[in-house]
Amino acid sequence: MFEDYLNIAVRAIFVENMALTFFLGMCSFLAVSKRVTTAVGLGAAVTFVLTVTVPLNHFINSFLLRPGALGWVNEGLAAQDLSFLRFLTFIGTIAATVQVVEMVLDRHFPALHAALGVFLPLIAVNCAILGASLLMIERGLTLPESAVFGFGSGLGWALAVIALAGIRERLRYHAIPAALRGLGITFLLTGLMAIAFMAFGGIQL
Amino acid sequence: MDPLIHNNPIALQVLGICSALAVTTTMATTTVMCVAVVAVNALSNLSVSLLRHRIPNSIRIIVQLTIIASLVIVTDQVLKAYVYEVSRQLTVFVGLIITNCIIMGRAEAFAMQNPPLRSLLDGIGNGLGYAAVLLVTGTLREIFGSGSFFGAPVLPLASEGGWYTPNGLMTLSPGAFFVIGFLIWTLRWFRPEQNEAE
Repeated sequence: MFEDYLNIAVRAIFVENMALTFFLGMCSFLAVSKRVTTAVGLGAAVTFVLTVTVPLNHFINSFLLRPGALGWVNEGLAAQDLSFLRFLTFIGTIAATVQVVEMVLDRHFPALHAALGVFLPLIAVNCAILGASLLMIERGLTLPESAVFGFGSGLGWALAVIALAGIRERLRYHAIPAALRGLGITFLLTGLMAIAFMAFGGIQL
Repeated sequence: MDPLIHNNPIALQVLGICSALAVTTTMATTTVMCVAVVAVNALSNLSVSLLRHRIPNSIRIIVQLTIIASLVIVTDQVLKAYVYEVSRQLTVFVGLIITNCIIMGRAEAFAMQNPPLRSLLDGIGNGLGYAAVLLVTGTLREIFGSGSFFGAPVLPLASEGGWYTPNGLMTLSPGAFFVIGFLIWTLRWFRPEQNEAE
């Protein structure tokens, strides 16, 4: 039982890393990896929002959208299949969650809000968040499994972005060909990191 | 024509990278993805531009998201109906067109201020700029990764009596990063004004 959850988490963090194997959340991955401190901030925010939204979307999917999900309202509705509304509902949930999280943090945890502040609105359009919810449906995870999956993928993404930021900070002292500076070298670095992460391939607990 | 080379959304503006990397292992998926993105980008720009005087400024992001999400749902259903096999290979990435920053970015930056026809053309142009990078990446990755083009063999494989040993790395994720990295390098080699200051 516990091993299953640990397995999902390890798989999401290392083996199927959001950023390096699925290429999710690449835009912000490249944009914020210039400094370690900002990378840590965004990584924490992504982990937090993923842990909340993936189980929430699972809940919405199993009680509203899945074929036959409306059976609990009324027998007549049991035949309805609203799964084509998934994209629209999920993106709505994510945008709303981000908004609520921001307000709660602002009111009760001002220090954390100040640290994450600028990154929270960015997250609503981060494809790692929507991607994790869609992958969760694709794999047919249960509610607790999806919470672990959300947390694990967030942590994996954070790990990758912080590692890349660490490398890029060191890179400032090196002479790089002018045309390769900035974006080009970052892509090559990410490729090398992806190779490193492939070493985790096939690990099963 | 500007977004194709001079102001390419992927190479210069760093937008919409996620799907550019994920769907380019074979040409079939790449082409379908390109068509889908050009269509969604053009239509979303057109609809946002038509509605631009009616959208209240404070909720414009959510309105744009809803328009884009609805268009993506239509695209997804069309793909499932006509090219089911490819749509199954694309998995979640059709849905992720919603969060493709190019589409959102053009709706916000261009379509909100410009008349419908110009917005439509801007949408097509940016969609094609994105498609150009995807097609080049897809071509390179399929030819060197599996020795074929659109599934038809180009380089005779060593396993089938030919001379070419496929480079498996190209079909995996690091290959995609390298191809795009070198592509940007080449592009900026010829256009030094795009270089980033240190």
